Amino acid sequence: MSAATYWYCLRSIIVREGLRFLHQRERFFAALVRPLVWLAIFAVGFRAVLGVSIIPPYETYILYDEYVVPGLVAMIQLFNGMQNSLSMVYDREMGSMRTLLVSPLPRWYLLVAKLLAGVAVSIAQVYVFLGIAWMWGVEPPPLGYLAVLPALVLSGLMLGALGLLLSSFVKQLENFAGVMNFVIFPMFFASSALYPLWRIREGSPALYLIAAYNPFTQAVELIRFSLYLRVDVTALLWVAGCLALFLGAAVLAYDPGRGFWARRGGPAEQA
Amino acid sequence: MFEAVVLPESPSISAIHESAAPSVAALSVEDLSHSFGKRVALDHVSFTVPPAGFTMLLGLNGAGKTTLFSLITRLYSSRSGDIRIFGFDLRRQPTRALERIGVVFQQPTLDLDLTARQNLRYHGGLHGMRPSDCEARVREELARIGLSDRADDKVRALSGGQRRRVEIARALLHRPSLLLLDEPTVGLDVDSRRHILAHVRALCRDEGLAVLWATHLMDEAADEDSVVVLHQGRLRASGSVRAVCAETGTAGLPAAFAALTAGERRT
Repeated sequence: MSAATYWYCLRSIIVREGLRFLHQRERFFAALVRPLVWLAIFAVGFRAVLGVSIIPPYETYILYDEYVVPGLVAMIQLFNGMQNSLSMVYDREMGSMRTLLVSPLPRWYLLVAKLLAGVAVSIAQVYVFLGIAWMWGVEPPPLGYLAVLPALVLSGLMLGALGLLLSSFVKQLENFAGVMNFVIFPMFFASSALYPLWRIREGSPALYLIAAYNPFTQAVELIRFSLYLRVDVTALLWVAGCLALFLGAAVLAYDPGRGFWARRGGPAEQA
Repeated sequence: MFEAVVLPESPSISAIHESAAPSVAALSVEDLSHSFGKRVALDHVSFTVPPAGFTMLLGLNGAGKTTLFSLITRLYSSRSGDIRIFGFDLRRQPTRALERIGVVFQQPTLDLDLTARQNLRYHGGLHGMRPSDCEARVREELARIGLSDRADDKVRALSGGQRRRVEIARALLHRPSLLLLDEPTVGLDVDSRRHILAHVRALCRDEGLAVLWATHLMDEAADEDSVVVLHQGRLRASGSVRAVCAETGTAGLPAAFAALTAGERRT
């Protein structure tokens, strides 16, 4: 197996994911409308309620709109990561997951390639959203758009790996509603996406602790700092650590010998 | 256990596809067991598939055919027993083993929103094929199934029989030496069924492929095939159709199968 083999494999998985995304225009719209609704309605409504003081990485007073944009970028990635998890469950039911796994390449590589493909799609959405936010008046430094890219890859991989791990527990397609209620919403609201951590501490010290240790908070801060040309080392380490943890667990869950399939049976094997 | 099968092809043809010694079995399953919780799906199953020729895996629904296919394609691993593909141990050398397998699963696994060509390209990429080689192979295989003119139609627009043919083309794209098909004719009309079966038989004959075809339809077997009979997770017989009939003292395969699977319902 040469390096080229690995590259051709990765390339075709990304191309497929991209084609699938292009064929589902509603999905693209939904993915874009969601953060825009938050930006155009929620942020405007809260502008007056939530005064934001000067906190790093910002160097001046900012409008709430500006504060919330990195959180919404992370939200796009969170939804994409979970959507990937949905597509894994869906794929499993439809059997195309099987097509992926008969590839002779190592399974961990196939899973990472699948994650990278999902991240590529989410990053495309993020940049479209950032473009609209710019027209809305949220204008981070121009170089920030470049600096945020590695942060997006890392946080996208981390959230995707979490989705992948969850997909190994979710057996039925319908359970995705559960994932929404028990994963996406709590992660999003108990984070620094919508309000700064010090604000949360004022409200509830317990919630503050939860939010501070929430991997999603770390992803948001990593993106926020990068977008303003700063590095949040704590967030970076957190996100990288969580990525290693989630990915390791997901690879174990999908391992042919140890995996849950060996115990529960594959798709359509109820017979 | 039974007499060796008379191969319809000389071993030298299969040697073109396979560098290992031609006498090595395409698939050898040894003492394979697997259970899901308490339910035993496969119970100490052993058989071999010759390096060229058509082997029918016969069993009723729930006999363990799909579990067997999942294990052979390494969707998951067995707890005990060995599987070898042309001598390569699936556990120790999964890459070398999987490279040699082409598989058509029971459920449709094509992406309906993509075209036939895009589906095939994706598969070629998964097998690490160079894009230019892959492109040529896609054209070749689509021509072989007579769907060159539908190559850029979405799979959704194809009929059930055509989709199955695309799946067979896909399974052959990376030039495997062993083709596995899990109930490939389920849900197809009589004409499509006949067409698919004839197509795979021709492939087997012309390309020197080893084929393992799982089915519960006795009429899909021919006299010159080898058969493997699986019932309730256990191996009931394997060998040539003639040998299995002789063993059971029956006149034809349906009667032999009925004799082998009669009684003994465990549940």
